[in-house]
Amino acid sequence: MTTENTGVRKTAGDDTAAAGKPPSVRPRALAWQRRRASAARFWRTYRTHRAGVFGLAVLTLFALPALAAPLLTGSDAADVTDAPGAPLESPSAEFPFGTDRFGRNLLALVIRGARVSLLVGLLAAVLSVAIGTLIGVTAGHFRGWYATVMMRITDWFLVMPTLVLAIALATVMSRSLLTVVVAIGVTTWPTTARLVRAQTLAVETRPYIERARALGGGHWHVMTRHVLPNVMPLVLAQTTLIISSAILAEATLAFLGLGDPTVVSWGGLLQDAREAGAVSAGHWGYLVPPGIAIAVVALAFTLCGRTVESVLNPRLGVSR
Amino acid sequence: MSLLDVRGLTVTYAGGAQAVRGVDLRLDAGRKLGIAGESGCGKSTLALALLRLLPAGTRTGGEILLDGEDVLAMKWGRVRAVRWAGASIVFQGAMHSLNPVRRVGDQIAEPILLHRRATPAGARKRTGELLEHVGLPAARASAYPHELSGGQRQRVMIAMALACDPRLIIADEPTTALDVMIQAQILRLIERLVADQDVGLIMISHDLAVLAGTCDRLAVMYAGRVVEEGPARQVYEAARHPYAEALSAAFPRIGDPASRFAPRGLPGDPPDPSALPSGCAFHPRCPVARDSCATDDQPLRAAGPQRRAACVRVADDEREARAAAGTAAPHGEPDSPEEARRTTP
Amino acid sequence: MTADAASAPVEGTGAAGPAKDGPAARGPRVRTATAYPRYVAGKVAGAAVSLLAVLVTGFFLFRLIPGDPVKFMTGGRQVSAEQLAAYRREFGLDLPLWRQFTDYCGKALTGDLGTSYQFSAPVIDKITEALPNTLLLTGTAFVLYTALGILLGTRAAWRHGRLGDRLGTGLALTLYSLPSFWLGLLLIITLSVGIGPLPGLFPTGGMESGGEEGLAYVLDVAHHLVLPVVTLVAVEYGQTLLVTRSALLDEMGSDYLTTARAKGLRDDLVRRRHAVPNALLPTVTLIFINLGRTVAGVILVETVFSWPGLGGLFYQALSVPDLPLVQGLFLVFAAAVILMNTLADLLYPLFDPRVGR
Repeated sequence: MTTENTGVRKTAGDDTAAAGKPPSVRPRALAWQRRRASAARFWRTYRTHRAGVFGLAVLTLFALPALAAPLLTGSDAADVTDAPGAPLESPSAEFPFGTDRFGRNLLALVIRGARVSLLVGLLAAVLSVAIGTLIGVTAGHFRGWYATVMMRITDWFLVMPTLVLAIALATVMSRSLLTVVVAIGVTTWPTTARLVRAQTLAVETRPYIERARALGGGHWHVMTRHVLPNVMPLVLAQTTLIISSAILAEATLAFLGLGDPTVVSWGGLLQDAREAGAVSAGHWGYLVPPGIAIAVVALAFTLCGRTVESVLNPRLGVSR
Repeated sequence: MSLLDVRGLTVTYAGGAQAVRGVDLRLDAGRKLGIAGESGCGKSTLALALLRLLPAGTRTGGEILLDGEDVLAMKWGRVRAVRWAGASIVFQGAMHSLNPVRRVGDQIAEPILLHRRATPAGARKRTGELLEHVGLPAARASAYPHELSGGQRQRVMIAMALACDPRLIIADEPTTALDVMIQAQILRLIERLVADQDVGLIMISHDLAVLAGTCDRLAVMYAGRVVEEGPARQVYEAARHPYAEALSAAFPRIGDPASRFAPRGLPGDPPDPSALPSGCAFHPRCPVARDSCATDDQPLRAAGPQRRAACVRVADDEREARAAAGTAAPHGEPDSPEEARRTTP
Repeated sequence: MTADAASAPVEGTGAAGPAKDGPAARGPRVRTATAYPRYVAGKVAGAAVSLLAVLVTGFFLFRLIPGDPVKFMTGGRQVSAEQLAAYRREFGLDLPLWRQFTDYCGKALTGDLGTSYQFSAPVIDKITEALPNTLLLTGTAFVLYTALGILLGTRAAWRHGRLGDRLGTGLALTLYSLPSFWLGLLLIITLSVGIGPLPGLFPTGGMESGGEEGLAYVLDVAHHLVLPVVTLVAVEYGQTLLVTRSALLDEMGSDYLTTARAKGLRDDLVRRRHAVPNALLPTVTLIFINLGRTVAGVILVETVFSWPGLGGLFYQALSVPDLPLVQGLFLVFAAAVILMNTLADLLYPLFDPRVGR
């Protein structure tokens, strides 16, 4: 269902290529042509969803300064010892968001924080979706006890309080960004695994899989050449949605003091603010920028993810 | 006065699809009318339109006189009162048409209580009677739909349709999802109930053979119109419209081995109701189409005693017949749809 | 009248065909007296396996620590060799791993979760002390956000695609994207500390002001409860709303709703009696599966509002870090979620006759 737009068509080219070493590059070229066409079709439909376009615009707005952060803020923006202003200054022309508790420029810190939050969010989501896809595809392809055991594990992880598990992991491992990525990645994969497995089961009932087997295609061939291209659209949508929760999880871990203390992140800024007594002092200007940044980026990824989902599978999408 | 008199009914969906394009039908109490056609021909839309069950935004025109009262002109409160009490529907695919998580007894009793036909205790008793009437033990009232077989569920649907003693029952593909043995049982049951209770029955199906065996009269629909109408046996065995002919040939005839070896299908698909072909809507698929069919729309015209058909060939035949009989009637007058309509019983 | 639009099947587009492969071929399934007990046994066994898995995870997770757990616990302070050895004995770290595991399992099953390093008190005592407070906060918030989510989700589905639906769903998605701790901090600043001329309306934290008795005490606790509950409800109701909405939209196309309308039921009765009860069945399962997320919310909200519950305790344990306490709380949180889910599984067949019979 999901793949009717994109996946099925392109496998036709792959099929010829795989079945008996193509004499020319034509099938390959054909496959690429079809891929381009389906991408164009995807974009045409995506464009009609206002929420998705809004999300994409917001993400661009955040990604550009994050990428250009070293140019915009200077390398010493996060330096505690050589801060440009006095602690907890109010917003001014020089410091549009004011300063933090060490007198650093809060705007510069939020821009720098974007790098960490986005990077960790992306990496954690990729790790999570990779694990989920691996388990989902194999549990769908190989039946029997392997699938049973895998799905039991998945169900167990599914009901587990994910953040508690991630916190426990982050507690016992050393404080670093990698720890945060791993802690989030290994705890959030079960939904992906379930979705991918369901899709794999659906794909494997199709006749061309049988044909591929009859032509001598092994497990590896079937999974990588036929199943994987068909679950990719689903995986794409899932990645976008998981980035959103990964960014929230990263902020949470940083707020609980489990992040990397050497880098600036949005969650870490909020922890700083709380420790500096910004709450009881009513110093809300310190709290608002990082919090808004987290919320807006998480919302933007959610909107994009829901749009991608609904474009690829109209039965599942935004309307629902 | 007829039980049901449909005049010039048109249904246009919100998207612009013309699902029903001017249908005239009449049905008297105790009679059985079959409506046949492929999926997408508008026959189920017609069934839903009779009780105004179509989605909001759907435009409906014409008149639907149920016991002389126009359903389309009623206030909503009156429509709800007429629903089930005046006319009830046996839906296709009873598994989906019954609420999966409520006991079938409660679902049968629901309209009885709603239309204030009985007290709760009385409704329970009536439910038991209805179930026994359709050949199920009264104790099955406490079963859930998934605990019943397909045939049993269809019996429950029929019992439910009878709950408020309606004057008209509309059966929309009542036997489609059932195997042949059960199908026959359900058809006999419907026939018996109609005969016993003197209600009118409209039966909708894609299976012309089933309809011919059950109904008195038969209307064949194509692209939102009735293209042939007449006594069931005659329409089935000697259709005048090429579409009706193709439809009756599509099912093997019992006792006619020849038809089994030469099954005739119809190439192509029914037209998209939002982009109908010009002229006669059937002409792109018609095996005997002429050039004029692409431009001239054909109205229903008299095609023998109590029969009507919408085909240019029928007009020719009638003209020849008349010429042979030497009664040179002025052209057009007896062919008008208005005239043809009056000839139906 | 408007629900006609949402629930009626669309014919004439070729969507409805005669070739509906109904489940007619399937024979009747007769309820048997042993089916429900077997279902219960299966679910309970599954829960037992899950709990065992939690126990195993808890054990190995806290032995993954690179280096010496005792050194980790003492936080690199100057500790004499005898003290280290004493700690090792106390935590049983001088025993072989398998003995440690069996000891740990045996103790955990009898409720002995070790001794808190930070409070020098049995972990289980700290937990039972804080548990009622957490139950009060979580229970109140759970009831409210579930009710709110279902109510608003149903309304959104009825008004599907219209302005009300888009605004409601948009707001739910936005609140769902907020970090709960941040929302809590903002609420404290605006409503407890007060902004500008606005006085603080609610206490900044804790569960009671102290010194109150009887009704005054109850009101005082309720006063303290407001902001934490509002925060939790705000970030959690969105999920319930979306789940309810999509379940109801799924249900809206069902044929049995057309049957119900054909019977002459008013639209609101069609929804109340037929559509909503059916849509709530899958919703309930998902609400319980999502409880894990609520636990995370509780930890953060209790931390921010200094609520003396398990979440606040977890934060205190983390900042030391007090490993026996972290481990014990991990077990409690995980076990609680598994138990709630099992309970939901066991109650489910009472509402859905298709399951477990």
